[in-house]
Amino acid sequence: MTITPTAPPPVLVPAGTTARPPTTRRGLRAVLSRLGGTVINAVITLIALLWLVPTFGLFIASLRGTADNSASGWWTVFAQPSQLTLTNYENLLHNQNVLGSLWNTVLITVPSTVLVVVLGAFAAYALAWIDFPGRDWVFIVVVALIVVPVQVAILPDAKLFARIGIYGHIPAVVLFHVAFGLPFAVFLLRNFFIGIPRDLVDAARMDGAGEFTVFRRVAVPIAWPAVASLAIFQFLWVWNDLLVALVFSRAESAPITYALREQMRAFSSNVDVIGPGAFVSMLIPLTVFFSFQRYFVQGVLAGSVK
Amino acid sequence: MRRRARMDTERRTLGALFLGPAVLVLAALVGYPIIYTVWLSLHSADGRRFVGLRNYIDMFTADETRHAITNNVVWVVVAPTVVTVAGLILAVLSERVRMATALKTVLFMPMAISFLAAGVTFRLVYDESPDRGVLNAIIVAAHDTFSPRSPYPGARPRNGDLLTGTTDTGYRTVDPAVSGTPARLPLVGLAPDRVPRDAAPAAAATGAGLTGVVWLDFTRGGGGVANQPDLGERGLPGVTVEAWQDGRLIATTRSDVTGGFRFPGLTGGPYTIQLPANNFTQPYAGVSWLGPGLITPALIGSYIWIWAGFAMVLVSAGLSALPREALEAARVDGASEWQVFRRVTVPLVRPVLVVVLVTLIINVLKIFDLVYVLAPESSQPSANVVALQMYRVSFNRLDYGMGSALAVLLFILVLPAMLFNIRRLRRERP
Repeated sequence: MTITPTAPPPVLVPAGTTARPPTTRRGLRAVLSRLGGTVINAVITLIALLWLVPTFGLFIASLRGTADNSASGWWTVFAQPSQLTLTNYENLLHNQNVLGSLWNTVLITVPSTVLVVVLGAFAAYALAWIDFPGRDWVFIVVVALIVVPVQVAILPDAKLFARIGIYGHIPAVVLFHVAFGLPFAVFLLRNFFIGIPRDLVDAARMDGAGEFTVFRRVAVPIAWPAVASLAIFQFLWVWNDLLVALVFSRAESAPITYALREQMRAFSSNVDVIGPGAFVSMLIPLTVFFSFQRYFVQGVLAGSVK
Repeated sequence: MRRRARMDTERRTLGALFLGPAVLVLAALVGYPIIYTVWLSLHSADGRRFVGLRNYIDMFTADETRHAITNNVVWVVVAPTVVTVAGLILAVLSERVRMATALKTVLFMPMAISFLAAGVTFRLVYDESPDRGVLNAIIVAAHDTFSPRSPYPGARPRNGDLLTGTTDTGYRTVDPAVSGTPARLPLVGLAPDRVPRDAAPAAAATGAGLTGVVWLDFTRGGGGVANQPDLGERGLPGVTVEAWQDGRLIATTRSDVTGGFRFPGLTGGPYTIQLPANNFTQPYAGVSWLGPGLITPALIGSYIWIWAGFAMVLVSAGLSALPREALEAARVDGASEWQVFRRVTVPLVRPVLVVVLVTLIINVLKIFDLVYVLAPESSQPSANVVALQMYRVSFNRLDYGMGSALAVLLFILVLPAMLFNIRRLRRERP
């Protein structure tokens, strides 16, 4: 589903008159547009601040010591800035558990993303530009698979992975993520590939280029924004996942979400242990988000059926 | 012609090559497992015996599952609607306002973090203690502005010698009080730091009338005589004191900085001196957000925090694609702002709203991470949802048959959404 802005048609006016912009504004609209700017801006600022409070609170809490966190709220920091300390983060740097799981997260997320993008791009191209019988049905099945819940595949895949000996290891997690990331990837990229002008493809083929070359030289460069959106979306999706990690990894191969969850179970809501960890786990996604915001948003919008 | 035919075959082979890996992965890890899961759901817990529909029957008759399904229903009915409406309102509010982009960024940011991080964040927000959780801090502060805190919560008489009563009724003197003899009202059960710093050593007020002293009958380190104001024991200022006679309230006053009080106009006696209960009521402690009663609403609240930005961005995109003329025409025709909104904007933006709604419904049906992380152990049963139940049954109880049945249930629940998507796709295809 794409929303394309349409060019505004010219304003029609009866012959003999001139188009007059509505200068008189009535009723509520008049009041609103007069107060309008300031009030709405104030309300919007308030809402934005409100939205930031939870994350901000966690951040401040992660900068306070255990005693302070149990005794008083993080907002007291403004009256007593001396409470702030980096101890929790220092401890985090020495916490092999958390550091190891951060590395695991990288080991899981990067291959997943790369594989999904590569396999998805090839498949999407085939579905867009290579004519073969049953192509449309394949695409329908792919679209159908997007919403399938992971639960229906967890148990059989666990057995399969166990049989080939990778259950509990990183390859298992990666494979599962690739499998469930493919439908959306194919959907997104295929829709994009379809939009490539036919002449470009035909011209390349006329020139005797093999399909693979057409793919590499024509399709991919044009579809780059979509590929970027997909990559970022997939990256964050896998980085933030918990359920798949819970099922398919063990302590040694666990990503950070799993590790933090274990810590929560052990230490209940011990904010100084979990807070910094959670915040560090947020750093990468937040960096990716702010750096590639447009791509991420587009990825989410396009994927708004997952 | 032959060359074309050969190229076509080549192309088809290439097609298979391009498509192959993806199809292979999907068939092996998604397609086949779906069938296998259905198969498992018809078998016993360890997968050996065929039990037909037994698992499904057990599943639907079990209280746990029914409760989980009920929760999912609540989620599906409430969460997507609230989020979509919030997104719509926010999008309309911030339309053409300069701050719109900043707001979108701030609101969308929670989508980037994991549900685990969101869970940790909201554990802190929803913390029951007003000294830790910001939500309860605000609520308690607001509550206390309208009904101020009692000065000495938890204070009580040491024994029934001089004072009797309960926290609910307040305490009154056992022996009748007469003017001329200062009444003694000793209290214990108060941490020393709850006595105001400026409280002076306990002493009855002097002067005519009915007098007495209210003090903390506790000497640090022990010693001292019970029910007697000893050296070092401090009075309790600010206590509301009432004088009663024959069942009627005669006068009210407050204890001063030494804990002493005086009713100047009262002479003779006998009076009963009473310390009303509102001196000692426990402070309002806020709401138990993460308790079994409120856990699902609390969870939905955090869900809204995460997804409102998504709804807003999507609806904003839809709004910006609206033809301006339709709106202007309606306005020129004399429609009020509200009518314009209801009759023109909403119908035109409906497709976007539907997409948002359907996405959220699918998302909510499968919800797992947030519930698993945010709900504390004691509230897990109340917060249970189908996806969580499936996880528990499969991996804690190792009942693969029932777990698969639950997975199939989940699949059936998202089936309508799947068909909706397919229909939308076929309608849109060129």
